Formats: sequence, C-alpha cells, structure tokens
Amino acid sequence: MIKFLLMVNKQGQTRLSKYYEQVELGKRAALEADVVRGCLARRKEECSFVEYKDYKLVYRQYAALFIVVGITENENELSIYELVHNFVEVLDKYFSRVSELDIMFNLDKVHIILDEMILNGHIVETNKNRILAPLLALDKMAES
Amino acid sequence: HLPSLRVQVLIRTIRTARTQAEEREMIQKECAAIRSSFREEDNTYRCRNVAKLLYMHMLGYPAHFGQLECLKLIASQKFTDKRIGYLGAMLLLDERQDVHLLMTNCIKNDLNHSTQYVQGLSLCTLGCMGSSEMCRDLAGEVEKLLKTSNSYLRKKAALCAVHVIRKVPELMEMFLPATKNLLSEKNHGVLHTSVVLLTEMCERSPDMLSHFRKLVPQLVRILKNLIMSGYSPEHDVSGISDPFLQVRILRLLRILGKGDDDSSEAMNDILAQVATNTETSKNVGNAILYETVLTIMDIKSESGLRVLAINILGRFLLNNDKNIRYVALTSLLKTVQTDHNAVQRHRSTIVDCLKDLDVSIKRRAMELSFALVNGNNIRGMMKELLYFLDSCDPDFKADCASGIFLAAEKYAPSKRWHIDTVMRVLTTAGSYVRDDSVPNLIQLITNSVEMHAYTVQRLYKALLDDISQQPLVQVASWCIGEYGDLLVSGQCEEEEPIQVSEDEVLDVLEGLLVSNLSTPVTRAYSLTAIMKLSTRFSSVNRIKKVVSIYGSSIDVELQQRAVEYNALFKKYDHMRPALLERMPIMEKTATNGPTDIAQTNGETDSTILDTKHLPSITHPARRCNYHICFCLAGIPPMTAYNKNGLKIEFTFERSNPSPNIAVITIHATNSTEADMTEFVFQAAVPKTFQLQLLSPSSNVVPALNQGSVTQVIRVLNPQKQQLRMRIKLTYTHKGSPVQDLAEVNNFPPQSWQ
Repeated sequence: MIKFLLMVNKQGQTRLSKYYEQVELGKRAALEADVVRGCLARRKEECSFVEYKDYKLVYRQYAALFIVVGITENENELSIYELVHNFVEVLDKYFSRVSELDIMFNLDKVHIILDEMILNGHIVETNKNRILAPLLALDKMAES
Repeated sequence: HLPSLRVQVLIRTIRTARTQAEEREMIQKECAAIRSSFREEDNTYRCRNVAKLLYMHMLGYPAHFGQLECLKLIASQKFTDKRIGYLGAMLLLDERQDVHLLMTNCIKNDLNHSTQYVQGLSLCTLGCMGSSEMCRDLAGEVEKLLKTSNSYLRKKAALCAVHVIRKVPELMEMFLPATKNLLSEKNHGVLHTSVVLLTEMCERSPDMLSHFRKLVPQLVRILKNLIMSGYSPEHDVSGISDPFLQVRILRLLRILGKGDDDSSEAMNDILAQVATNTETSKNVGNAILYETVLTIMDIKSESGLRVLAINILGRFLLNNDKNIRYVALTSLLKTVQTDHNAVQRHRSTIVDCLKDLDVSIKRRAMELSFALVNGNNIRGMMKELLYFLDSCDPDFKADCASGIFLAAEKYAPSKRWHIDTVMRVLTTAGSYVRDDSVPNLIQLITNSVEMHAYTVQRLYKALLDDISQQPLVQVASWCIGEYGDLLVSGQCEEEEPIQVSEDEVLDVLEGLLVSNLSTPVTRAYSLTAIMKLSTRFSSVNRIKKVVSIYGSSIDVELQQRAVEYNALFKKYDHMRPALLERMPIMEKTATNGPTDIAQTNGETDSTILDTKHLPSITHPARRCNYHICFCLAGIPPMTAYNKNGLKIEFTFERSNPSPNIAVITIHATNSTEADMTEFVFQAAVPKTFQLQLLSPSSNVVPALNQGSVTQVIRVLNPQKQQLRMRIKLTYTHKGSPVQDLAEVNNFPPQSWQ
C-alpha cells in the first residue's frame, strides 16, 4: 500500500503532503525533510527507487518538483512509478500545463483530485475524466 | 475588522517574505486574525479561514485550534463548506484527538446524503481515518453502499470496507455477501477496488482464501479481456489497457494460486499469455511483466513457465532503464535459492551489474553473485569480485570481504589459490575486514602446512609495503612468529625465496610495536611473535632486551605479557621451547563462521590461542598462577606442616575422570627473613595407595612470605582408605642444611572418600 505522497520542490519546501498511514503530526516535518534530502542527493544515473527505513520511496522529478511516494515492500514499484505520471497527467489536464504555482494556489483542489485517485493507500480510479468529474461539478456549483 | 484575506492573497503575501522570521511574523498575524474570526462564529468566512489554516499547517505551523472549526464545516449544508471541512479533518485530525469522535454523527448522515459527492466525501474520510468505534458504528452503512448500483460510490465503499476490516477484523464476515457480484461490474474503478478488498480479505483469513478460490476463472477472464480488447481510450496508458487493474489482478491471482495445484493450473495459460504478449518498450508493460514474474514464481507453476519468468528477468537486466534492472535484481535474489540453475544462466549479466553506478543495484548484484558462486565458476567469479572489492564504496567492503572469505573457504580449487585470495583481500581491503576474520585466517594458514613458507614470505613482503591495515598486520605478525625460521632460511618453493636476516625481521616486528598506526591488539600480536622467535632465531639476547623493555609499558596488556615472558626467560627457561613450539593443526569446530577458539574472547589475541594448546594440566607452571581458585571441589584446604617458619598447606581437587585419584597441591611458604633454598619436598604413603609426585614450581621458598613453592601430588586410592602420608623436607637456610620428617594425618574425609 501507499504510505504517503509528497510534492516537494528543490529547495525542500513541501507543496503537498498526504499521509495514508498514521504519522504523528510532530514527526512529519522531519520525515519530509529527510525524504527530500535523500531524493535530492540522487544522481541522474541512479534509479528512482530508494530504500528508506523499512519501506521504499518512489520518486519522479518534474521540472523543479519532486513527487515522492512512500510504499510498502510488497508494492509493485514500476506500477507506482506509472501512477505518479498518471497523477501528473490529470493535473495537467485540469490546470492546462500544471506548474508549481498552480499547485500552491489551489491546494484544496489538488487534494480533491488526489482523493479521487487514491483512498486509504490504494488506487481508486485512474481514468482522468472520472477523476475530474466531482471537481468540475464543484467548480460549476461555485460559479453559480 | 479587516475583510478576511482570500487564500491566494495570503499565499502570495507569505511568498514575499525574505526571511524565516518575516514569514513567521506574517503567519502569526494571520493566525491571530483567523482565531478572532473563529471566536466570533463567522459563518461566511469560516471555510476560507480553514483553507488558509491548512496551507499554513503544510508549511509546518501549528493549526490545532482549527480542528473544531472543521467539524462545524462538516456539519454545514453547503458542499463547499463540507469539502474543506472533511479535508481539514483528514489533514489535521487523527484518532487521538477527542474532537475526532464528534464527527461520527455527521459522517453517518452524510453517508446517506442525497448528493453522491457528499456521500463520497464521507466515505473517503471514514476510510482514511475512522477509529475502531466509528468503524463499528458505521460498518452497516458502508456495507449498504457496497451493494449500490452507483459505481462512483461503490468503488469508494470498497476501499472504505478495507479500512473497516483493518480496524475491526471481526467485521470481515459482514462484507462477504456484498462481494458476490463485485467482479461482474463493468466499471474499472469498482473492479479495481473490489480486487483490493478481496485481496485484503484473503490475506487476513485462510477461510476466506479458500472461499474465494472459486473466483479464479472469473479473474482470468477479466484479465484476458483486458489484454485482448483493442484500444480502449478510457483506460489506455501508452497502448496498454488499464495496467493498474492488470497488476492488481495478477497480485490477487498470486495469493489465490499459492500452494494450490488446481488454481495454479487454471491460471497457467493466462500467465504465459501475459508474459509473452505484453509490450516491453515502455515502463507500463514492464510493470505488468514484473508482477507476472512475481506471480509465476510464487504459485505452483510448471517448470516451463518458471524458466520463462527467469528469462524475462534476465532480459530486464539488459534493459537500459535502471529502474528495471533494479527490480530484476531484487526478484532474482528472491528466487536464486529455488531456481538456482535457471538464474545461473544469467550470471555474466549479473556480474556486469557490479559495475553499475547505482548503489542499490550494486549491492543486489553483489549478493546475487555470492549466491551464484560454485565449484565450477569460482575462479572467474572471484576475479570479478576481487575487482569489485578494489573499487567499491567503503560501505560494501566489509560485506564483500566476508563473502569472499566464505566463498573461498567453500570452493577453493587449491590451497595456494586460497592463500593468494586471502592475501589479496587483506592487502586491498585490509582495514575493512571484520575482526573475526583474523582468527579464521590464522587457522586456515596453520592448516595449510605445505604453504607455510610461501605464506610467511608473502605476508612479510606485504608488511614491508604497508603497516596501516590492522587485520593484515595481525595475521602477518602471527605468521612471522610461527614461521620466521622458514623465512630466514629461504625455503620457499612456490616463488623466488627472498633474502632476509633475523635482524631485519626483528626490525619489522619491533617497528610495529612502536608505530602509531598499530592498535593495542596489534602490539600484543607483535610482542608475542617476537617472543616466539626466541626459540626459532639465534638472536635471543636482542629478544630478551625487547621483552624486558615492555615490562614497564603503560599498556596493561602489553605489560602483563612482557612480564610473563620475562619470567619465562628468567625462571622457566627450561620450559620455553615447549611452550613456544609450533602450533599443531587446529580442528574445525564449525563449517562457517568463527570457530570456538575465537569465540572465547571477543577481541581475540594469540596468547589465548597459544595457552589452550599447551601440554596441559600436569604442567605445574600453570598451577603457580595466582588466578587459581583454591577450593576447587569444595574440599577445604588444610595445613600439613608448620614449623620453624616453614608452612606447608594442602589444597585438594577431585580429578573428574577418575574419582579415585585425589589431586593435592602443596603450597610452601616461608615467614623467616631469609630464603629457603634447595628446597625439596618428598612424600610417602601406605602400601594400599599409589603416589605420583610432579615437578615443583621452584626450589626456593622466598623469605617473608613473598611467594610460594607449589607442587602437585596425585594419590590413587582405589580402596578408599583413610589417607595418611609421611613427608620429608630438606632445604638450606642461612647457609646451614635443614631436614625434617613429619606425619600428616589430618586429611579431611572428603579428600579420600
């Protein structure tokens, strides 16, 4: 299962954090800093999977943002790698070429998208249209 | 009041802060404004304020005062409020807050709301952070939603059910009926989450597992449809139809097929199909293949399929994508024990991965390489592994060195090769070698009798180059101590013998003693080596000098050794050759790991090794040791004679193998102010006994109780008669000879009974 999903930029600032397994609020900052340090230290030739404590990290870099997913031992790393890209594609579709600023200024919407995709550490939906449906409905409600 | 800032405005403002302190100030100001707004129960802006709070929470600032507000938002009728409220609850709350329970009622109502998006929200929240009580309360609602025809809700209900089962395992049964037609859904979201739910149930309960085995045909059909169907825009990822679902189904099949012949057979075909037909040019396809391989290896698949799986892994190893190489090595490591021959075929590719730039790939390649070493490939593999040892990161060196030693021990084609390999490791990674390797290597060298001259020569030459690597230095010192005579006599057959003199060898060993690079343990090794050479070299005087210097060393270990060796020179010179004799071949007590000898002392030193192999108990030299406990068998000591300042005490021990033999040690002490020299103790016993008198520790009883003379008497008493003894003492005191006879009758009953 997925333990957490983070979006962190190169300066180490967290842009999004979602935990699917209980992590004490006080410990989260330390965990995020640690994870980011680990990913930033990786060179280009190294693979996208890092062993961290008793689980694994899958990370992908998009421009200045790192998306890091913490997974348990039994999860298929390549599949999660694909999932991260799927998530980015959904964001791209909604925000029309998503950027870090989009995410920062629309944090609640990104959360809504994420909640439609991943629930309780497992994948719920991967079809882009179905994922965005509730959000588009919400937007329509807000306009009217 | 200032109108409440919009969220975007706040974010923009915070980003203008140039220092951490400035940011903190802004945030504190905003928090204060938010707090007063909360106090005034401002409904209009509550949603916006909580949203701002969530942003600040993400930056790391405390936001607990917003927890109750989230609840108020959840209870509101507006969807926008509920949305932020639930989000806030998921981010700010966890089970340990009291506020958490207050959500239960709201969630219950929302699970039955008329709008599906609201229902979805509550399912999501419950599924993410519901406590056991909440789950117990609301499980019924979740079960109802699991049976609805609305696919949007059904998929979320399935994952919510997974959470409920995790929190309250007893409730699992309750969801069983609803699972009946989950797999007949067309909607992929529902299919996916249903498979997750089924997986969770199977993993938790063996009964459920057997019950769900009947779903295998259905799962196989769904998977087949996914592969065979043409392009489906809804679920396409790089030309493959819903790879996420395929992966999930494969995983469930793995669990169902494990250990069960029928199920495994039912899925054989589809696994072969997926394995051969999946497009491998993109990561997506490889993700599916990876999962397929894992499934094939876990179930009872036929051998052809297993070979197919391993070949897929072999192809992965050649892939340019490092992620795929990593995944392949991880899987191969899992299967190398069970499918050893198949993995062997990919050995050269695996060995190539030792040169990869990624650390995790290198480590796995190293572990796999060691698992694949056997008698046939040992020479080639060892070349690669030694090269790897030379160039790898320091974190690897210890493990690699240990692995090489183990492999060499198991498969060495010749003794010479073995020693050469060991030498190579010591010289290239000498400081990373584990402490326990030193005694192991010493044992190896001792037992390779025909290689002694070669080994000591090579080790000596290595010392000339470099004395910084302690394990190398320790083994080398030990060897020179043992075989130094072979070194100076130039007896080496394997290679050109070197010309070296005794003095040169002693120079090197003494150099180790004074060098700053040597640890205390190393110094101990060198001192002992020098001492041993006293029976092999002729420059005894030089050795005596060195030993006596270290008698006053501040290192206690060194000092003790030097003092004992000194004593050996001065008082027990007749025993020195026997004590320092060449080591006999040691017996191996275990096939792997450190031998018992090494385990007696965490930081082994050669004195312990030496003394264990001495000609043993009958040697009085050991008895004179002040370490010995007197009341060995619980028999109290007795005073046998006490006259004119000479006191003789008897201490007893039962000789275990033969209880008829009493072993008595006499301790003679002298309280006068002059030594008693030429001291001789003699004893006689009645005819029914037999007596054996061993050599005394010395024949001088020092004055003023400054020491004692000890001697061991062994009395055979087969008829268990009361022990009696007549003793005769002769000695010289203040220039005059003294002689005395005495009867000893006060033996304690335990000594002869």
